[in-house]
Amino acid sequence: MLWIAIRMLTGDAQKFYGLVFGIAFSTLLITQQLTIFVNLIERGASGTYNVSNADIWVMDPVSRTTDVAYAMPATALDKVRSVPGVEWAVPHLRSQASVRTKDGDLEGVAVIGVDDATLIGLPKRMLEGSPDVLSQPDSVIIDDVGMTRMFPDGSPIGERLELNDQRAVIRGIADAIPSFTSTVVLYTKYSQALNYVPGTRNRLSFVLVGAEEPAQAKALSERIERETGLKAQTRDEFAQDGIDFIIENTGIPLNFGITVALGFIVGVAIVGLTFSLFIRDNIKQFGALKAIGVTNAKIRRMVAVQAGLVGLTGYGLGVLGTVIFIWSFSADPTFKGFYIPWQIPLISALAVFVILALTGWLALRNVLKTEPASVFR
Amino acid sequence: MGQPLDTTAIGGCNPEAAICTREVTRDFRAGQQTITVLHGIDLDIRAGELTFLVGESGSGKTTLISIMCGILWPTLGEVKVFGTDIYELGDTELVEFRLNNIGFIFQQYNLIPSIDAANNAAVPLIAQGMDRIEAREKAVAMLEKLNIGDQASKLPSQLSGGQQQRVAIARALVHEPRLVVCDEPTAALDATSGRRVMDLLREVAVAEDRACIIVTHDNRIFDLADRILVLEDGKITHDGKDMPEGH
Repeated sequence: MLWIAIRMLTGDAQKFYGLVFGIAFSTLLITQQLTIFVNLIERGASGTYNVSNADIWVMDPVSRTTDVAYAMPATALDKVRSVPGVEWAVPHLRSQASVRTKDGDLEGVAVIGVDDATLIGLPKRMLEGSPDVLSQPDSVIIDDVGMTRMFPDGSPIGERLELNDQRAVIRGIADAIPSFTSTVVLYTKYSQALNYVPGTRNRLSFVLVGAEEPAQAKALSERIERETGLKAQTRDEFAQDGIDFIIENTGIPLNFGITVALGFIVGVAIVGLTFSLFIRDNIKQFGALKAIGVTNAKIRRMVAVQAGLVGLTGYGLGVLGTVIFIWSFSADPTFKGFYIPWQIPLISALAVFVILALTGWLALRNVLKTEPASVFR
Repeated sequence: MGQPLDTTAIGGCNPEAAICTREVTRDFRAGQQTITVLHGIDLDIRAGELTFLVGESGSGKTTLISIMCGILWPTLGEVKVFGTDIYELGDTELVEFRLNNIGFIFQQYNLIPSIDAANNAAVPLIAQGMDRIEAREKAVAMLEKLNIGDQASKLPSQLSGGQQQRVAIARALVHEPRLVVCDEPTAALDATSGRRVMDLLREVAVAEDRACIIVTHDNRIFDLADRILVLEDGKITHDGKDMPEGH
């Protein structure tokens, strides 16, 4: 009987495709929007993830994220270095600046000062050049977002910039995770960054710490807090704070939530309507089957199989559509590094299940209510 | 044939009767009103006979046939089909009883449009749980018996009305039911086709151990009946080989 159910469904091509489209559209909307949402808010942690070798970030107690930080006095570095369990500690500066390109355009940039000696604070990979270029005078390394945005027509290597009224020369390109706002990032040595960024008394944004025992980073961060009075967070904690900051301070979760809800509602509307039409058109056949001797349990299984087929096909197409979308935009820096977390297809599958269960149940009610005797009328 | 059955046997029903109804009454509610469609019908249908149930629209024949084949509960009375009091059965048992004992031929055929003639005819066997390939083979054999074996792979939309009717007959007979119920089998056919379908039904549906009831008001085929029951206002007003005068 299940085979007959499938043939009944696929035999009405118009409605079958309508149902599949409804589910595929819902799945695409839910999966794609959730994927963009998750990847976008994870960008809140990009500043942390770009510094892969720091186990702990130490900052002023009021600092919240890599971009919302209150500078500390330079003595903070020595305080942290004196805490037992700290293998190394280096200064890290993050600040905003303006650059004027040779075409005269103005661009807001983030300047990141990395440790002069170890260059800790740079992203792990370089697209062009090596970290050593920072030893040359006025050197900066631009991230790939900046390269695409400021120099769309060619390589920026050797290009001169006017950075806060001072000369900067691009000598390398870093392969970095873009920030939430896709701001252009310029990496330079800490000592050089102090020259680029307008002076205030305190300019040390963070102290990056390597633990003697990385597995004990949490305990070490607590010890640093106790002994220095500063705020210390493990890499994962600080990354999460960056994400939470975006969730708490922007309307993004609400906006994406609305779109996901719309995807669900549209799915219910299209699938519900089409499924009801399909059942209504076949009500005589279902009535005949009931008269002949097909039990309600079998009818339920038939409708469940029809819903299952529509669900699987539509869901597969929807997820495939999302994969194609992400893949086709992967070259765009805005979507760089985007991936589909495994939980998202699972959430979409659950949404599809709920849509089909709801609409299938509504449609099934009509079938079950149909009296077998109605076939004689 | 023609001998009145002994209705004083066990439970008021003669064991030889294929179908026996006693005091069958059926009410329908229409708003505040209760309309009685059948008034205490007592009836015995024999196997081996082609029985016509005749009456005007609204006379209650569809209600009676629905009750006799177990798809509509009577308000009062009892119905035995081959000795089984079908309304004493549980819901699932009654459905299974229909599946195993009754073949239906509907006026609109009610074939499934997206499967071919053979698979349509095989539906009762598939519903009984038979393997689909085997069920199809049996259905094709039945279609051949009905002279449309060559149409087995066609969809209902590719068949003429008469051919669709034959597929419906094949579906009603493929699982060898003991009772065949036909609802206006000739209503949608012209006189020649209708006659041909009735000849066919007589040939394949009427058997010693099978009862065949046809609901009709098509006076072109009354002469083919072994027995004609006339229903008027929910009561049997005539029971005989021929139609009464004036009808």
